[in-house]
Amino acid sequence: MNRSPTLPEDDLQPVAGGGLLDRRMFLRHGVALGGAGLGFLAFDAGGADLPLWMKTPGGPLTHYGQPSPFEKEAIRWISANTQAPGHGVSWTPLHRLEGTITPNGLHFERHHNGVPTIHPEQHRLRLHGLFSKPIQLSLEQLLRYPMISRQCFVECGGNSHAGWHEEPIQTPVGYFHGLASSSEWTGIPLSILLEEAGLQPEARWLVAEGADAGAMNVSIPIEKALDDTLLALYQNGEHIRPEQGYPMRLILPGFEAVLNVKWLQRLQAVKEPLMSRNETAKYTELEPSGKARQFTFVMEAKSIITQPSPGFQLKGPGLYQISGLAWSGRGTIRRVEVSADGGRSWAPAALQEPLLSKCFTRFRLPWRWDGAPLILKSRAIDDTGYQQPERSTLIAERGQRGYFHYNAIVAFAVESDGSLRHVYA
Amino acid sequence: MPLWTTLEAAPEGPKLGVSMPQESIRDLDISVFPDGTGLPQGKGTAVEGKTQFEALCTRCHGVKGSGGSAEELVGRSPLNGARPDQTVGNYWPYATTIFDYIRRAMPLNAPLSLSNDQVYALTAYLLYLNGIVTDTEEMNAITLKAVQMPNRDGFYSVWGNGGH
Repeated sequence: MNRSPTLPEDDLQPVAGGGLLDRRMFLRHGVALGGAGLGFLAFDAGGADLPLWMKTPGGPLTHYGQPSPFEKEAIRWISANTQAPGHGVSWTPLHRLEGTITPNGLHFERHHNGVPTIHPEQHRLRLHGLFSKPIQLSLEQLLRYPMISRQCFVECGGNSHAGWHEEPIQTPVGYFHGLASSSEWTGIPLSILLEEAGLQPEARWLVAEGADAGAMNVSIPIEKALDDTLLALYQNGEHIRPEQGYPMRLILPGFEAVLNVKWLQRLQAVKEPLMSRNETAKYTELEPSGKARQFTFVMEAKSIITQPSPGFQLKGPGLYQISGLAWSGRGTIRRVEVSADGGRSWAPAALQEPLLSKCFTRFRLPWRWDGAPLILKSRAIDDTGYQQPERSTLIAERGQRGYFHYNAIVAFAVESDGSLRHVYA
Repeated sequence: MPLWTTLEAAPEGPKLGVSMPQESIRDLDISVFPDGTGLPQGKGTAVEGKTQFEALCTRCHGVKGSGGSAEELVGRSPLNGARPDQTVGNYWPYATTIFDYIRRAMPLNAPLSLSNDQVYALTAYLLYLNGIVTDTEEMNAITLKAVQMPNRDGFYSVWGNGGH
């Protein structure tokens, strides 16, 4: 059994079954593990020649940086209709990322008819309907308004829908749970604009419409519009990218991504919802009774282990770091628990600070694997007390035809050769 | 969670919005509501819609609205069964949604290209394929909003019950 010679025996005592160790162990000893690779790697530092890249000038300065050519695996995978390449999704490779911020170029996409090329000088945001002073605004004008920055996740209501399938999907985590990303969004609190236009008290909904091909539209409840909804103009410091809604989009922290309307051009204040396709035909969940849930805006708490995960292989028994993400549309993650014995026992993971509401939260836990097969699981509890459910519980409650809002606990079986499989357990 | 506490006022904006009279929004407002608000002048029947559908829609939605690479539009398998059909006639609660969606989004290669008459005709044809109207029943701003969809009462709001 591998054991680091520098760690006292106490810190290698498991706190739960399957070899889970105290979440504070790494902090106490600053043990460095091979980052994206797993397990200790023998490093031969003696006797080698100085590498080639030290003996010749490097590449030039660039206007817009790109990842290393050796990191080509960290890309979005695309699922699109072959007859309509702008119709589909691209998945964030969560299994290849660390921390809590999704780089702009890897934020997931969901488009119905491609990414419009919007000329910022021509685009207008129009507020009309139940307003005493209907107004229109240009981007140039909007850039003068008070802004705030807010880190939060955006998650498609249909994320993780493969979890409903009879057989557990075998794919890297990003292509199962990757219709979720988390960024710092900067923009204008929508309440400021609603107030300027004189929102009338009888307005209960805003119909939001995008300027894409297809003019995607959906009704937003006024309570959320007045609360923490942002008219976002920047993502992770730069202007929002075209595929994320350039020049402006809505951000409704914690709400299904479909309400975070991209390429926003129109907000129509009304008494009753429009009952668009995206709040009737879609984004509704059919239950076994034949009735369907509607206006299921809030994305419930969810967690997923990103490392180790299917597609990766542990290099034999030894000390590892389990890493993953948790988030909740209701608020802040309070606790994430990990099991390495199929759910018989659980240990709390370390949560990366700061803990932010409705935002990706990174959890980590040291783990000593003894080489025997076992099942890894994680579960999230948010600050409302809501606990991520087991798959059997979720299905008992909703049936299997709902398609949207799959947030069940995910289990990975670790085999004795170090490979991992998604299992229902 | 509100952005501002009671101790601090929400920041005031510079109020740069340009006043926009309702007439100027008329052509831009393509919203259609369940009570018929937004339905434009125009009319169409399923007989007319069939011609439009075969010319513009079957390549993705299939002959008679099923079997194509795009959404299944027709199908009656019960919603409480093992393989529910969440199609236009079986699942959608409002007929006005069909008009709203077709006019803004379809066909995929040329959205906003259909005339109002074409949209009414295609809406009528989809309703006809789903067994909800006859092939000669005219759909217009008055009749379309009056169409009762079979699954009108098939949804219950989670938000109305507190959002969780």
